Order: sequence, then structure tokens, then C-alpha cells
Amino acid sequence: MRNFIALLAGFLFGGGLIVSGMTNTAKVQGWLDVFGAWDPTLAFVMGGAMIPMALAWILTKNRTPLTGGSFPARPDPKLGRNLIIGSTMFGMGWGLAGLCPGPAIASIGFGGAYLWTFVAAMIVGMLLAPRVRATMDRMVPAE
Amino acid sequence: MQLDWIYGLIGGLLIGTGGAIYLLGNGRIMGASGIIGGLVDGSGWSTAMERIIFLVGVFAAPLIVLQFWDRSTTNITTNVVQLVIAGLLVGVGTRIANGCTSGHGVCGMSRLSLRGIVATVFYILAGGLTMAILRHVMGWI
Repeated sequence: MRNFIALLAGFLFGGGLIVSGMTNTAKVQGWLDVFGAWDPTLAFVMGGAMIPMALAWILTKNRTPLTGGSFPARPDPKLGRNLIIGSTMFGMGWGLAGLCPGPAIASIGFGGAYLWTFVAAMIVGMLLAPRVRATMDRMVPAE
Repeated sequence: MQLDWIYGLIGGLLIGTGGAIYLLGNGRIMGASGIIGGLVDGSGWSTAMERIIFLVGVFAAPLIVLQFWDRSTTNITTNVVQLVIAGLLVGVGTRIANGCTSGHGVCGMSRLSLRGIVATVFYILAGGLTMAILRHVMGWI
């Protein structure tokens, strides 16, 4: 059952990404390009996605997940350096290529070698992340 | 252009429905970088199967849509250096920040999580500045 739910969710996620046009890097860069031909599509995608998601969060109250266990607890509201620096690095890469992790996976089947290059570098980056975090901890003591 | 916004809204609703099903069904946050990252660094191997199956769905659904609707344009840059730097920044950044557009953006902001909102503000600002500097000041991308 968990696997079936994961497949269904993945299908909706991947389908939504291609329907919305978020696998087109020009549309993502267009959203970030406020001084150029600004493209507001991403705001509609984000807004559209938040409607069912907000309903889902409301439905989690006083319930447990369908397959058992418990819902993710509210994270520690502490913001911290990792959140800020990590998000800034992510944003720079996002602007540079017009790709974030979801659309990158959704494009693997048709994106070709340049897209695969990005995905390979992203995976290497994920493997390097603990070292980068440790280096940051050495330079500035952790929060 | 306006049709693009409608496609964006419909696509967004599909993405959000996926996230809602994943949360209510499996009790998990549908964050792409977390699901991939847990497989890459081993921290999520105890739930490897559902992660892999989720990613197979993300990979396969567009291929089905493409059978009916040619939407395969990616406009991706052919500059390999740019792609490698971007990929490294996205990989390292999302893992350090513990989330990306789907996790912090869609899932976090919709529960009014301060962390999700702050992360989203910072990655949009950083992306916007990157575009402004590299496209309009330097003229590189």
C-alpha cells in the first residue's frame, strides 16, 4: 500500500511538472528574471500546489496516516545558518540552470545528455553536502 | 501566455494533490531533494523502496504525457561548465538547507512553516539575483 501511494504521488508530481511547464528551464529562469521578460507561470504552479497541500495539512489534525505511523512533527522553528546558506546556494544553482531537483528527475526520460550532466552534478553535490556542512561548522561554530 | 498560466495552475494542482496523497497516505513530506538525497547518501535506505517507486513515477508520468502532447522542450543550456556548477550548487544547497522547491516551498509554506517561508524567500532572492547579475550585468546566460 505504501508503495502504491508513493507511485501515485510520484505520477501526479511528475505529471504536474510537465503539464505546468516547469520542465522548461526557460520558464523557470523567466520567473526569476524580473528585469527581463518576466514570466509569472511559476507563481501559478506554486499557488495551485499549495491549495491541496494546505487542505491536507488541515486533514492531518487528530488523525494518523492511512498506512500507520504518525505525521511529521512541526520542525524546530529555529532558522539557523544552514537553512539560509543552503537555500542561497540552491537558489544560485536554480537560477543558473533553471532546474531544481523535481523537474530534473521528471526530465530524465527526454532531457538528453545535458540534462543528465546536471543530474550527475546534483548527485555529486548531495554526496559532498556533509563535508561542506562540516567545513562551515569549523569556520563558524554551529548554531 | 495566459494559457501558460492555466497550465501552470492545473499542473500545480496535480503536484499539490500528489503531495497531499503522500502526506495523508504515507505520513511523509513530498520533497524531491529529501527523497533523492536520502537514497544518494544512505540516510534514507530504510525506506529505499518507496523512494525509488516515487521517483519512477516522477520519471514515467512525463513520458506518458509526451505521447499525447509534445512538451519536451527543455531549453536547457549546452554550456557544460554552467550545468556542472548549477548541479553542484543545487545538490549541496538543498541538502544543507534540508529542502527545495517542493519540500520547503509547496509542503512547508502550505503549513505556514517559518522555515519553509524563509527558505523560499532566500532561494528566490538568490535565483533572482543570479539572473539579474549573470544575464543583465554580465550578459553571460
